[in-house]
Amino acid sequence: MRRDIIKRLRGDTKIDLRQQSMLIALIAISVLFQILTGGIIFKSVNVSKLIMQNSYVLILAVGMLPCIITGNVDLSVGSVLALVSAISGKMIVEWNLPVAITIPVLLLIGIACGAFQAYWIAYTRLPAFIVTLAGQLIFRGLTMTLLEGRTLAPFPESFSWISAGFLPQYKIGNVDVIAVGLGVICSIILVMIQVHSRMKSAKYHAKRSHTGFFVAKMAVLVFITIFFTYWLGTYNGLPSVLILMVVLIIIYQFITSNTVLGRRLYALGGNETAAKLSGVNTNGILFLTYANMGLMSAVAAIVFTGRLNAATPTAGVSFELDAIAACYIGGASATGGVGTVIGAVIGGLVMGILNNGMSILGIGSDWQQTIKGCVLLAAVAFDVLSKKNKK
Amino acid sequence: MSQALLKMEKITKAFSGVKALNEVDLEVQKGSIHALVGENGAGKSTLMNVLSGVYPYGTYSGTITYENEIARFRTIHDSESKGIVIIHQELALIPELSIYENIFLGHEKSRLGIIDWNREKEEARYFAEEVGLQEDIYTPCKYLGVGKQQLVEIAKALSKSVKLLIMDEPTAALNDNDSEALLELIVKLRRERGVTVIIISHKLNEILKVADRITVLRDGSTITTMENDGTISQNNVIRSMVGRDMTNLYPPHTAERRDLALEVKNWEVYSPTVEGKKIVDRVSFKLHYGEIVGIAGLMGAGRTELALSLFGKAYGINIKGEVFKDGKLLRLNCVKNAIDNGIAYIPEDRKLSGLILDEDTVTNISLPNLERFSKRGVMNHAAEVRAAERYTEEIHIKSTSVFQKTRMLSGGNQQKVLVARWLCNNPDILILDEPTRGIDVGAKYEIYTIIQELAASGKAVLFISSELPEVIGMSDRVYVMNEGRFVGELCKEDISQEKIMQLIIEDNGGDKNET
Repeated sequence: MRRDIIKRLRGDTKIDLRQQSMLIALIAISVLFQILTGGIIFKSVNVSKLIMQNSYVLILAVGMLPCIITGNVDLSVGSVLALVSAISGKMIVEWNLPVAITIPVLLLIGIACGAFQAYWIAYTRLPAFIVTLAGQLIFRGLTMTLLEGRTLAPFPESFSWISAGFLPQYKIGNVDVIAVGLGVICSIILVMIQVHSRMKSAKYHAKRSHTGFFVAKMAVLVFITIFFTYWLGTYNGLPSVLILMVVLIIIYQFITSNTVLGRRLYALGGNETAAKLSGVNTNGILFLTYANMGLMSAVAAIVFTGRLNAATPTAGVSFELDAIAACYIGGASATGGVGTVIGAVIGGLVMGILNNGMSILGIGSDWQQTIKGCVLLAAVAFDVLSKKNKK
Repeated sequence: MSQALLKMEKITKAFSGVKALNEVDLEVQKGSIHALVGENGAGKSTLMNVLSGVYPYGTYSGTITYENEIARFRTIHDSESKGIVIIHQELALIPELSIYENIFLGHEKSRLGIIDWNREKEEARYFAEEVGLQEDIYTPCKYLGVGKQQLVEIAKALSKSVKLLIMDEPTAALNDNDSEALLELIVKLRRERGVTVIIISHKLNEILKVADRITVLRDGSTITTMENDGTISQNNVIRSMVGRDMTNLYPPHTAERRDLALEVKNWEVYSPTVEGKKIVDRVSFKLHYGEIVGIAGLMGAGRTELALSLFGKAYGINIKGEVFKDGKLLRLNCVKNAIDNGIAYIPEDRKLSGLILDEDTVTNISLPNLERFSKRGVMNHAAEVRAAERYTEEIHIKSTSVFQKTRMLSGGNQQKVLVARWLCNNPDILILDEPTRGIDVGAKYEIYTIIQELAASGKAVLFISSELPEVIGMSDRVYVMNEGRFVGELCKEDISQEKIMQLIIEDNGGDKNET
């Protein structure tokens, strides 16, 4: 019976077993820290902080996931982030250029960095591992050259608002109407999309989950969304970076799971020859994937620089590893072809909550590293072993 | 002579409750060649894995008596130390390592962990000579053809002082010449070294030629063991394999030849790896709608390369020549061009270049048809599921559901998924490259039937196969290919095994006279 329900859930939402177990792990870790920290971790102040602290790693993880689906990784993202951050410092702090001009330029620079590496990976077929390792050195080097060891600060508020600001609030009693209103709109859209796809399935006689089960699932989703926005409203309102993140996650989840492009990406990762012989332009998709990673690195750079309110030569060191770990914890396979954006986000949240919870408990960053490493190992080992047992 | 080397009695092996083997008995006489036949999934490989210790003692029930002792193998090493060596269908050679390194891989001649290279080379030379391998023993195995790699595996088995050699589909990937040579080698090993051989094969004609006894498995049970005394025929064996009569190995031709579909003129392809090497040499041919045209030839004749190069230059460089479809010149610069022009190609290796094994039937079928199942780039998942369900029913793909990973399907069903993929694309011209390799008799017949139906519905089919009986049984016309060239064309009445081989041999002979 229970199996049956899980099967239905999977058929409906296309979440795989590993993601389910990671989702359960995420909830378990949350409850654990809720108890250990005496409720501090889910105070609305801390939830805002959690979102802001982890935003750039989540954005990087969303960009990293397609690279991992192709069966490889991008090791250069931390350095690309640093370079874009340094250029933003030059343009805004030193040259006093307006933010509205700077941001598009920064995004283009990110794409250029990504495209440069993507060219070697997709068209000359150098191994991505080596190209991006070279990129890591090159872009870090350029960052240091550009900043000459200095830190550029401070940034104007209009720039740092993206990562450190909040949406305006309008409170009736304890309720932030704007935040909750957005929550309600989001839930309505969410429900409409789900109902639409369900009706479509009905039209094509494809298998669907039980109606009662579907309604219950929708109710839980709506409740969580609205409560979440209400809760954030009791502090400063919705962080602006939350909106950015949610939009990016939705876009990338949609592209990977519902578009022709996404399907071709998975095909490329699953069996490149088969994809080629089915008319898929595998070089083009590989190029797009790594160019996109550059774009996402630039977005993360803008968020990170705004939050730090400074451009430093050591920005983004080892961020690539956090992003990669998030994807693997969230169910992506190192051999390619498997993994989801939502999974990567869950993986990122697991690490984020671990970090934050341990900081509140006063556990030093030395131990945090060790524990994060163990979590990564345990998550992947659990997955591999449970698959073996099934056979 | 009849002294049992091996006796497997009442072997039962279950996987999560499902019995793969049910009280199977097998008795192999010392110094005999014993064939094990059965459809895919009949339990042949499972039985051999039980024997060789892949499934350790204790995970199955029943007894194995080997050399008059009860055998309790827990690992492959246990069985190998008793002289039981298994050569799997997928050869286990390391491509970058040389012949002699591969021969001694895993049982190196060493003292205290240090390898005695001179001794290895000396012994490797001896074993290579024994199996008739003329290559230099320093040659990396990646430069050897499948036939020669098979010989390296046998040399490796000899180096382990093999007493019982188990070969799983040894000739599946070989052409007729190499197959014959391999079978002769097996007979020679039995005669000169007294090696006992268990051979698993779908090629019944070969088995009837070399085997002393034949055991038939079906659905995990022993059906019968026959003495191959010259009185049994392929039909006897097939009847016990499938449990029914198969009077016709090939379905009848119902298609009628219609208009000219494809014309290829002076097609030339050069190798992308070996500089200046011509792989396809001025090939010209015609293909009509409603016609099945076979391309026969030995392994390495350039058939796959010809097909791939026609399929949007998926193979080769410096491609020259013209392709006309319905009288119009085609530009085929990438695979997508070919697909858009109504050409489909089903590759020879379904696992390596056909399926995405970790994805389900739905995803595999829709792969080249994504445009059909999407609007403005957004997938219509329900539509592709419905299409997959329809094809699954239409061509009888056996799976738990269309959401089952294709890795879990049997070879025949995997092949059907590939066929469904391209049926869904509704091409005009279908190129099939070894469509029945390594699949069982029943599934083969189903594939043949699908192909005949496609031709009858007016599609043009190019049929590439290494199995001559199959080419002959299926084709309306056959082109014979040798060393990159078409050396002859045979029409329905003239097609025979002898004529095809004659054309190839004459062509090879002609070459020698020139040089």
